[in-house]
Amino acid sequence: MSRQANRATDNKKMNSELFTLTYGALVTQLCKDYENDEEVNKQLDKMGYNIGVRLIEDFLARSSIGRCQDFRETADVIAKVAFKMYLGVTPSVTNWSPAGDEFSLILENNPLVDFVELPDNHNTLVYSNLLCGVLRGALEMVQMAVDVKFVQDTLRGDNVTEIRMKFIKRIEENLPAGDE
Amino acid sequence: MADEAPFQFLHSEVIQYVFGASDSGDAETGRNITKVESMGFRVGQGLIERLTKETSRFKDELDVMKFICKDFWTCLFKKQIDNLRTNHQGIYVLQDSKFQLLSHLSAGKQYLDQAPKYLAFTCGLVRGALSNLGVKSIVTAEVSIMPACKFQVMIQKI
Repeated sequence: MSRQANRATDNKKMNSELFTLTYGALVTQLCKDYENDEEVNKQLDKMGYNIGVRLIEDFLARSSIGRCQDFRETADVIAKVAFKMYLGVTPSVTNWSPAGDEFSLILENNPLVDFVELPDNHNTLVYSNLLCGVLRGALEMVQMAVDVKFVQDTLRGDNVTEIRMKFIKRIEENLPAGDE
Repeated sequence: MADEAPFQFLHSEVIQYVFGASDSGDAETGRNITKVESMGFRVGQGLIERLTKETSRFKDELDVMKFICKDFWTCLFKKQIDNLRTNHQGIYVLQDSKFQLLSHLSAGKQYLDQAPKYLAFTCGLVRGALSNLGVKSIVTAEVSIMPACKFQVMIQKI
């Protein structure tokens, strides 16, 4: 029967569609709740951050990846392991700054925007800003302060989606004196 | 691919956002539940449309409900509904003995009063899906022992 066909492949796709559509419903709700796009961007970033600080545990447990030697390795893990695991896409890592503290993640297709078109009156909305928060939150939990932002977005007519990540500093753990 | 994790994290963040950290009054909670439910409704509509793209026509109401219990539920939560009951007069009870969105809450009685928050979105999903299949309904949920959960679907005859 046709109803039974292709079920395994469909399920996988459907589950990511559930995520994509739920995210869409959330952004819609935020646009209703807040007056300007800036506020929505900020809220998305905050929610992403909350997800990131919890997601990192899940990530470390599933991937059993150890400590990264340098920022380049971190970039590779984010692109090839984390994005692949959670969103099913592998962005490319490019545009390294000479100092090696800044790079871009280029997404050929961004699963978050699968069914999305931005209306004209939301031209400062960064639709996928949740991702920035997730990356920031997750890396903060492994002692890395980073700055994350979108510089290109297919929703605004760019050819690709580009996330720029900048390493700020290592976060020193402030253990109480005498406590190892 | 850990594809159920992003949805779970996002869902709890949505709940966190809509309900806020503090406990508000009953009226406020009711409004918030409606808000989350209507978000689910929209998502359910979108999902069912894509899921039923290539399926054959449904025979009757029961056939629709079976589809919700098997295919739709599997897409959402990677398992089927464990038990479907009906009184054949428009009331269906769908029982999930290990509901995914409750499984991260403590199984004791302590958080039982928090459960409705975590069920509203799914009630909306089911109502939205049914609505796009031409079945108008009211969907409610109840929990007596976590993480088991019963969804009651009341078909609205037009």
